Amino acid sequence: MTLVKTKIGRRSFIRTSALAGGGMMVGFSWLASCKMTPEEVNALPKEWFEINGFLKIGDNGKVTIMSPNPEIGQNVKTAMPMIVADELDVDWKDVIVEQAPLNLDIFQRQLAGGSQSIRAGWEGLRMAGATARKMLKQAAAKAWEVPIEEITTSNGVLYHKASNKSAGYGEMASAAVTVQSPDAAPESIEAPEEVELKEIKDFTIIGTDRLNVDGPDIVTGKPLFGLDVYEEGMLTAMIVHPPAFGKKYKSMNVDNVKSMPGIKDVFPITVYPEGVEKQWSDGGGIPELVAIVGESTWQCMQAKKALKVEWEGPSELESTASYGNDLDKLLEAPVTAARKDGDFNRAFKGAAKTIERTYSAPFLAHNTMEPMNFYAHVTDEKAILKGPIQTPEFLEKTVSAVLDMPLDKIDIGMTRMGGGFGRRLYGHFGVEAAVISKKAKAPIKLVYSREDDMTQGTYRPAYKVKFKAGLDEDNKLIAYYVKGVGTNDDLIFENRFPAGAVDNYLAEKTSLETKITTGAWRAPRSNFIAGAEQSFMDEVAELAGKDPIEFRLDLFDRAMKNPVGDPEKNDYDAERYAGVLKLVKEKSNWTNSGDKARGVSAYYCHNSYVAQVLHLTMDGNTPKVDKVWCAVDCGIVINPISAKNQIEGGIIDGIGHAMYSQMTFKDGVPEQQNFDNYRLIRNNEAPKEIESYFVDNGIDPTGLGEPSLPPIVGALANALYKATGQRHYSQPFNTEKQILG
Amino acid sequence: MANFSVKVNGKTVDLEVDGSTPMLWVLRDHLKLVGTKYGCGIAQCGACTVHLGDNAVRSCQLPISSVGEKEITTIEGLSENGDHPVQKAWLEIDVPQCGYCQAGQIMTASALLKSNPSPSDDEIEGAMNGNICRCGTYTRIKKAIKTAAAENTNA
Repeated sequence: MTLVKTKIGRRSFIRTSALAGGGMMVGFSWLASCKMTPEEVNALPKEWFEINGFLKIGDNGKVTIMSPNPEIGQNVKTAMPMIVADELDVDWKDVIVEQAPLNLDIFQRQLAGGSQSIRAGWEGLRMAGATARKMLKQAAAKAWEVPIEEITTSNGVLYHKASNKSAGYGEMASAAVTVQSPDAAPESIEAPEEVELKEIKDFTIIGTDRLNVDGPDIVTGKPLFGLDVYEEGMLTAMIVHPPAFGKKYKSMNVDNVKSMPGIKDVFPITVYPEGVEKQWSDGGGIPELVAIVGESTWQCMQAKKALKVEWEGPSELESTASYGNDLDKLLEAPVTAARKDGDFNRAFKGAAKTIERTYSAPFLAHNTMEPMNFYAHVTDEKAILKGPIQTPEFLEKTVSAVLDMPLDKIDIGMTRMGGGFGRRLYGHFGVEAAVISKKAKAPIKLVYSREDDMTQGTYRPAYKVKFKAGLDEDNKLIAYYVKGVGTNDDLIFENRFPAGAVDNYLAEKTSLETKITTGAWRAPRSNFIAGAEQSFMDEVAELAGKDPIEFRLDLFDRAMKNPVGDPEKNDYDAERYAGVLKLVKEKSNWTNSGDKARGVSAYYCHNSYVAQVLHLTMDGNTPKVDKVWCAVDCGIVINPISAKNQIEGGIIDGIGHAMYSQMTFKDGVPEQQNFDNYRLIRNNEAPKEIESYFVDNGIDPTGLGEPSLPPIVGALANALYKATGQRHYSQPFNTEKQILG
Repeated sequence: MANFSVKVNGKTVDLEVDGSTPMLWVLRDHLKLVGTKYGCGIAQCGACTVHLGDNAVRSCQLPISSVGEKEITTIEGLSENGDHPVQKAWLEIDVPQCGYCQAGQIMTASALLKSNPSPSDDEIEGAMNGNICRCGTYTRIKKAIKTAAAENTNA
């Protein structure tokens, strides 16, 4: 039995109240984790105690779980209520999941999710369900005059077996809120201080397949997304941004455009005026833009085409070739070590066999299928904004500074997001919408064209990494060196594998400042370093004459039994890492796969472990991925059908970008502007089959939105090598040495 | 600007717009049928797919002036209660992640099955290659189409 406290000090994670019209309401902290000492609590952000999720049980027994988080595609809107419902012990078919209505006082802050949602929310969500269940049991115990210990629950029904009494949750819901403190005013009803959580074996909803709660709305085309916002009297706005990174607005001729049908106004805007400091969440927001406001999107698009804008800026602008050279130079420049175990240089010099390889990857656009957009209605009194954003609390701060308006006059509503991949952490488009609305004195919806979206910036950085490895006479890995460089980003997680498994280890990192703006892209840094590292590891294993899985398992064995350096520093668990490799080895029947073109890879990021085997065949110069086996350790799996969907998506995304995608630049101008020359993976290029397996270990759940993407690039490169004899060092692979179509 | 009369989801609608306006924006901005999505504007991503008669077409490249008498069906009009075999299969296989491209995927898939009730894998890929899913739900899309095709055959 696990008991958890609903209060820490005087602060409570739970608030309860009666429901108008009968029933009970339990408010809880959506992303709270409660396993903490009082000292740790003091360090917690205040919003962890803010009540922002609600559970309502009506007199009819229907349970409504209101989630403050908008959905971005990871299906947390289904998974998180499943956790609440399981602890509540209710039938899933009686559960209604609602996105919290916007602008309610009771929802103090809408928090954004990400890969950490389930991990952060796990305890708090369980506690909420368990609290409501305990309150219902208290009510039944009182009504039936029996001890609470004798009350049991199942599927939304309370039982007292000895007296053969039973009651649905709905029948006890109204009484449940008054039983603990019968004379309390509705707003000061106390929740039980301690509640009991279920044992894992007693879960009835967690670990079972539950369909996406928004599925019916999605397949019937209901308005869910930011671009679907159409408010009364709303105009459309579009922007024109500088055509090249490094250029700025100079002037424009609006005469021919202002008279175009439907066009209301055309004006330059300063998004970030002097004195307003950009936050990280403004990403690559461009300070000065041109705005077009009109009646309809098509009319704005026509005006955008006709508008002639003059830009100014330096004649020397960045190109793919120039920053490529600069990254190469950085790779050779001396830097301070990020981690050093033993003496790499000496061991490498004395090694029996050595190998050195360099890998690179280009800038990538996020290319969410729903381009950036935001609705804004700014008046002298207030600013109402609405759209697809992962960081509303940050957007609110920037908008407050830019409009010089107090925070409490600004309202940010969140819609479902047509993809994120990191892009919607950076809400400069919301700021732009607010500035345009204020100047146009009208409610507007800012719409980025695909070209605006793709050429705006905020890209996945371009990276290069150099590895060196040395083996002794027994083909044991004795020296390992990694140096990573990236544009506006360094690349290396120095305490990840194989740190701790090699006697002489040296990790270095540094970054190159560029004008081409960058931001987090699905599984930041891991999205490149994993594939590079796992391709290199394959070559090292080959040099050692060992099976690539056995070679890795030996290293994990070393990290487990006799770790190099301080094992506390290593930010991975070698046993769990080895566990997924063993599982994928077994499931893919690796040992008996013979000459088949198969590649293996394993990686740890976002607190989850993933190992993959990819099998492909060549159709002429075109690789066809026949099958991917994927083993995952993300602790307890909440919703397997949806967890598998995330894994499949990450695999397809990873293969696609490694094979086909890149942003290149000539004199600061992005050379890809739309999907005709930015290649994304298509239906026929996806694996024919993906099998996913989970390690069943009862560990608290961790993220799934990102971890399957990084390693697949290594599995792909290693399988390509088996099929073609060609190693791949430079993404996208299809442009490398012209061997792949 | 000119007056047009178009048939959308079984209803005739009259409106005054520029003849060059693509049906995508007529549907979204003028008729508030927002299930049809904007993705690229150049017929490369398939998010805006609707049926023109029985054919799947990219509505971003379909000026209202070229529609004429032909009937347009959007995701909102594909079935009365969201129970078209393709929609049902999409739910059963739990295809969507972010969901943005799925209306277009469903419109392409339903047109495919209308002309070819039991397509081969190659035929499915051939028809679906014009629809990008950035979340990577392609394997489920294929599976859902096969599920819907099986239901068609059994029915």
